[in-house]
Amino acid sequence: MEPKILPSLQSGSSLAVSAKKRKRRNADQLMSIVFILPSILAIGVFVYGFIAWSGYVSLTNWNSLVPDLSFAGFKNYLFLFKDFRFQADLRNTLFFTVFFIIAVLVMGLMLAVFLDQKIRGEGLFRNIFFFPMALSFVVTGVIWQWLLNPATGVNLYLKKLGLDSLWYTSVKIIPGVEWGKIQFGVPVAVIAVVIAAAWQMTGFSVAMYLAGLRAIPEEIREAARMDGASELQIYRKIIFPIVAPITVSVIIIMAHISLKIFDLIYAMTGPGANFVTDVPGVYMFETTFRGNYYANGAAISIIMLVTVAVFIVPYLISSRKGES
Amino acid sequence: MAVRSVYRSLLYALLIILSLFYLMPVYVMLITSLKPLDQITLSQMWELPHSLDFSSYQQAFERLSPNFMNSIYLVVPATLLSALLGSLNGYVLSKWKFKGADWIFTAILFGMFIPYQSILIPLIQFLREVGLYNTIPGLIFVHVVYGIPITTLMFRNFYASIPEEMIESAKIDGAGIFKIYQHIIVPLSITGFVVVGIWQFTNIWNEFLFAVTITTSSQQPIMVALQNLSGSQIVQWNVQMAGALLAALPTLLVYIFLGKFFVKGLLAGSVKG
Repeated sequence: MEPKILPSLQSGSSLAVSAKKRKRRNADQLMSIVFILPSILAIGVFVYGFIAWSGYVSLTNWNSLVPDLSFAGFKNYLFLFKDFRFQADLRNTLFFTVFFIIAVLVMGLMLAVFLDQKIRGEGLFRNIFFFPMALSFVVTGVIWQWLLNPATGVNLYLKKLGLDSLWYTSVKIIPGVEWGKIQFGVPVAVIAVVIAAAWQMTGFSVAMYLAGLRAIPEEIREAARMDGASELQIYRKIIFPIVAPITVSVIIIMAHISLKIFDLIYAMTGPGANFVTDVPGVYMFETTFRGNYYANGAAISIIMLVTVAVFIVPYLISSRKGES
Repeated sequence: MAVRSVYRSLLYALLIILSLFYLMPVYVMLITSLKPLDQITLSQMWELPHSLDFSSYQQAFERLSPNFMNSIYLVVPATLLSALLGSLNGYVLSKWKFKGADWIFTAILFGMFIPYQSILIPLIQFLREVGLYNTIPGLIFVHVVYGIPITTLMFRNFYASIPEEMIESAKIDGAGIFKIYQHIIVPLSITGFVVVGIWQFTNIWNEFLFAVTITTSSQQPIMVALQNLSGSQIVQWNVQMAGALLAALPTLLVYIFLGKFFVKGLLAGSVKG
């Protein structure tokens, strides 16, 4: 127990303390900036600085083992947009992204709604749909390469049913309209990769939707039921509109994953015959680190960055605004 | 009532069929890895092995164990360091907000969405310059730096739920920035450290692009070695499947025992949290 201090003394000392505390607080605020400064500098250099450096490399003539940083203008970009392989990459990325997102959204919402029906053994089912997310894309690629291998795998059973499928070895493009240097259309081989990618990532959208569904108070559903709404109407009129913003988040997260995908495709199929499963991530890796075309590789990486930024920057800004 | 029970059985039937689809790759992986190579024929793909054969595991283990250890040496320090850094950043950005802190946070976050290809050429130049190219410490450094955005995000969201009054009253009692961190924030962030730790462990273990570009042969982590298994002339599917299982085992075990925290991290990573 501290001895009681006379009131006059106490007020005097507390005044002195508060001045000291204010000083202390300023020192702490300064200290907080010291805490975070290394991270800010690291991000400044290793993210923004390096992006700028890559951007510069993409404008140079550095297309051999020896660095040549002479300015080349947009030569590398012009080369890429006229390049058969890069045109194929853009087509493949487009269809891969669209099908992948649709698969993840549809399967995710469906499974989340199923799991939300007070299912017995829900935890077990949830784990079955979630566990592929803990795997590496490389592992997924290796497994599905085996499963969908046309010489073995699922195909033998499909063959018995009269379906002769080549999966990722097919070079078919449907419908295959001439466009630039390539056949434009859906490359059949991409579908095999979409199946593998969706198998791995559906769990993400299930988790997101399930969290959204669980946040809807039971009273709202009860009230709708009292008013004579059918279960279907409850979903259409109440629940789906509430989970719509989740769909936006899932689309953005999945789009950025698919626009920069590399490891799954590299492990599962590689570029494929006629580059039917090639994507910018694989092209960048091979041309830079196997072919020493550094400037071309940098240009591909900058194009990848821009396509990802189109989705991510508005998303980040809107979540910033939503918070404050 | 009859309609309802028909509907319920249909629901369970659908769930079971979909579960089988999700488990099928694991089933095929397991049975393939347990077969000798001559039993891996077209017609026997889905059949159980006639006898259990663990030789493919032995082979996979022989070829992958040095890389498995590389991954351990990489993932443990990288996870600890990036969790610690994320915790400090999250603490400052949630409880010691300075002017412009929110915009700095958003600028940091951008770093977790970029395709890493766009920083890879300068990064490798830099690592060569400082002598960290083709070393495990080099990879640790890379994962700590590029882990800053996600770990900062997770801890910042986590600390946002610690009431401001607690911090204020500690300040009135004369506690400074260190004392508050040490006595209030750290004891309250055990769950945060578990979630972030599991997340970083899984991501760094599974990562491939940095691993394949920054390291060669003897320094390579497990995922690169697994990918290299399929590069050989004759594909030994049984060894590959055993290797895939070996490479996936640590993250699978973490998921099986600590799955709740893994899913928490997953949801926390979607920015809005």
